[in-house]
Amino acid sequence: MAADPILSLRNVEVHFPVRTGVLKRVTAHVRAVDGVDLDVYRGEVLGLVGESGCGKTTLGKAILQLVRATQGTVTYSGEDGETELTTQDDAGLFAFRKRLQIVFQDPHSSLNPAFTIFGSLEDPLRHYGVKTRAERRKIVGDLLEAVNMRREAMDRYPHEFSGGQRQRIGIARALSIDPELIVCDEAVSALDVSIQAQVLQLLMDLKREKNLTYVFITHDLSVTEYLCDRIAVMYLGKVVELCDAEELYSNTLHPYTQALLSAIPVADLDRKSQRIVLQGDVPSPINPPSGCPFHPRCRFAQDICRTDVPRLRAYKAGSGVHMAACHLIDQPLAD
Amino acid sequence: MEHDVALTVKGLKTYFYNNNRCNRAIDGVSFEIRQGKTLCIVGESGCGKSVTAASIMQLLPTLSRIEEGEITYHGPDGPVRIDALDRGGAQMRSIRGKEIAMIFQDPMTALNPVYSIGFQIKEMLMYHTGLGRRERHDKAIDLLASMGIPLPERRVNEYPHLYSGGMRQRAMIAIAMSCNPRILIADEPTTALDVTIQAQIFELMDTLKRENGTAIMLITHDMGVVAELADDVAVMYMGNIVEAGPVGTVMRNPVHPYTRALLDSIPVLGRGKDQEIKAIPGQTPDPYDRPKGCQFADRCRHRIDKCDQMPPETQVSDDHRVMCWRYEEFASDGR
Ligand SMILES: Nc1ncnc2c1ncn2[C@@H]1O[C@H](COP(=O)(O)OP(=O)(O)OP(=O)(O)O)[C@@H](O)[C@H]1O
Ligand SMILES: Nc1ncnc2c1ncn2[C@@H]1O[C@H](COP(=O)(O)OP(=O)(O)OP(=O)(O)O)[C@@H](O)[C@H]1O
Ligand code: SF4
Ligand code: SF4
Ligand SMILES: [Mg+2]
Ligand SMILES: [Mg+2]
Repeated sequence: MAADPILSLRNVEVHFPVRTGVLKRVTAHVRAVDGVDLDVYRGEVLGLVGESGCGKTTLGKAILQLVRATQGTVTYSGEDGETELTTQDDAGLFAFRKRLQIVFQDPHSSLNPAFTIFGSLEDPLRHYGVKTRAERRKIVGDLLEAVNMRREAMDRYPHEFSGGQRQRIGIARALSIDPELIVCDEAVSALDVSIQAQVLQLLMDLKREKNLTYVFITHDLSVTEYLCDRIAVMYLGKVVELCDAEELYSNTLHPYTQALLSAIPVADLDRKSQRIVLQGDVPSPINPPSGCPFHPRCRFAQDICRTDVPRLRAYKAGSGVHMAACHLIDQPLAD
Repeated sequence: MEHDVALTVKGLKTYFYNNNRCNRAIDGVSFEIRQGKTLCIVGESGCGKSVTAASIMQLLPTLSRIEEGEITYHGPDGPVRIDALDRGGAQMRSIRGKEIAMIFQDPMTALNPVYSIGFQIKEMLMYHTGLGRRERHDKAIDLLASMGIPLPERRVNEYPHLYSGGMRQRAMIAIAMSCNPRILIADEPTTALDVTIQAQIFELMDTLKRENGTAIMLITHDMGVVAELADDVAVMYMGNIVEAGPVGTVMRNPVHPYTRALLDSIPVLGRGKDQEIKAIPGQTPDPYDRPKGCQFADRCRHRIDKCDQMPPETQVSDDHRVMCWRYEEFASDGR
């Protein structure tokens, strides 16, 4: 795939203030996203993985400007050139919101129970200028068919559908205004395995048909292996490893990714993995450890890891590069 | 071998009643749990996994009852028919917790928010052991330490809301483990947790099984967990065990179309992008309006007319059984 970025993130930080006491003074910050450099290429599926609380959702929202970065830039590139989204106001973002959509984790809460499916789905259409109701009904019907549901479903209410169906409706809504990029935030995690496969297949079919770009957020590394072209592994608000999916699984560089991969139960009796059991819990992003954020749980930690933050550096990998942030990996390409 | 069986369930039927309608949630289920072994129960949401566990623990919600069948606990003093005991009676209370312990799907339902974690462990110890006050306190700290809870001396006095999700689940396991139960029933104990924390908990359960000979019944919907932890596996679908046997047999030579479809529908780590995953079409039937015959018939591509009648439970071999009219064809199709 030619490296044609649709979005470029440079040093993106999202810090949420923590307010305490009667005066609601800001006493600390949650460093949810803490300095991320990342390109999303047009037409790719980029996986974003990591443990609960590491900042995946926040980064996904920062990409779409649903939360605003407190530092850094997000730049969109399209036919009309490059636009820095982070400096746009709401009016300026309007044209881009149409191109960048999100499908949320929870199929139960993402549809308004008081509206029919048509009611929920026509909203973005009206917003983006589809004037007549008849036209909107036709488009919504087509969308529902695109996600393997019957047109008639549009006149029913969310509670009449199963979780998998609701998730498909959520996808239909994201597709309604022909986006170029969809952030799928744990879009299949809450679904039963048999339904999960239905939704995964649907997502892949739609991508082929419409040449979509996905940022696929999940904690399931079996799904990303199957689905993604590239994978970014996050730990405490930082990207600690980034490379082609195949490369990540065959030549894991970062000790955290190694532990994460080894911890996944594999549904294959011939591949009993050697579990690396990490000690302790995921530390708090309010008060992240000094130096390498992974050092309190890392079995290779050295003195330098406690004091110096490792930068994300490039290493040679087949035809491309493999990025990792760890002091102990030798021979970076350039420094 | 009769003597190493810790619990036998035979022909269990547990029904729910709602507005004069009946949900045959468990409709004739038989299995046994062996000492020092792990039985995994897998299946889709709503297939009856939790109700099976609640039936054994005599913790069924109101509006539901055991209609038929036997649940026999093979205790140190000979067999006890659990289903015949009074659910609030002294004998059931002493079995619950001391002999058979349970870890729930959601730790907050089992932990009492108004008592400290330590208090809850010590209460368990007071009911079920002869330990004195001081010893109970020390034992509680020991248990927390063995669960990898940092600073157990301090944490023992803290309330559940101060624990992270992973720590709560481990605290609950500490409570469950406090009296060295002979049987541990774990209902999706790690579904809400990160894989690295899940790995810690599985390590603990493995140790219990090995060192104390605890019989474990582990409920999950993750075939990866089954492959890694199970000795035996029972696959449930809509209130029946449709296939059961040693994990190697069921995963390598499954003969029920549902088991096969389930295994084909999940991406397996290590198989890369080229693996083909096949979604199971359709969805589970309405539990209050079940098909008369094979519950899987609507979604089964091998369905024949005969499948409108309930298939009997049939032994494929000594330790492998299935509920499908056509299993013999599948047993010899060399898959
Ligand atoms: N609006 C907010 N205000 C304050 N803190 C927040 C806010 N949103 C997220 N956080 C915190 O930021 C951190 C990252 O959260 P985020 O939801 O991005 O994680 P995640 O990787 O998506 O986790 P999960 O896998 O559980 O969804 C967490 O510590 C979270 O508590
Ligand atoms: N408290 C309840 N009241 C009414 N029906 C119930 C109740 N609990 C369970 N059921 C019904 O019993 C059946 C079996 O449910 P059960 O909770 O055992 O499923 P499960 O296999 O544990 O699913 P999950 O994977 O979602 O936990 C379902 O049809 C469910 O709707
Ligand atoms: S920098 Fe040090 S602590 Fe961090 S991952 Fe590498 S070895 Fe471990
Ligand atoms: S009994 Fe019939 S419908 Fe049911 S699984 Fe077997 S072949 Fe399929
Ligand atoms: Mg999230
Ligand atoms: Mg359950």
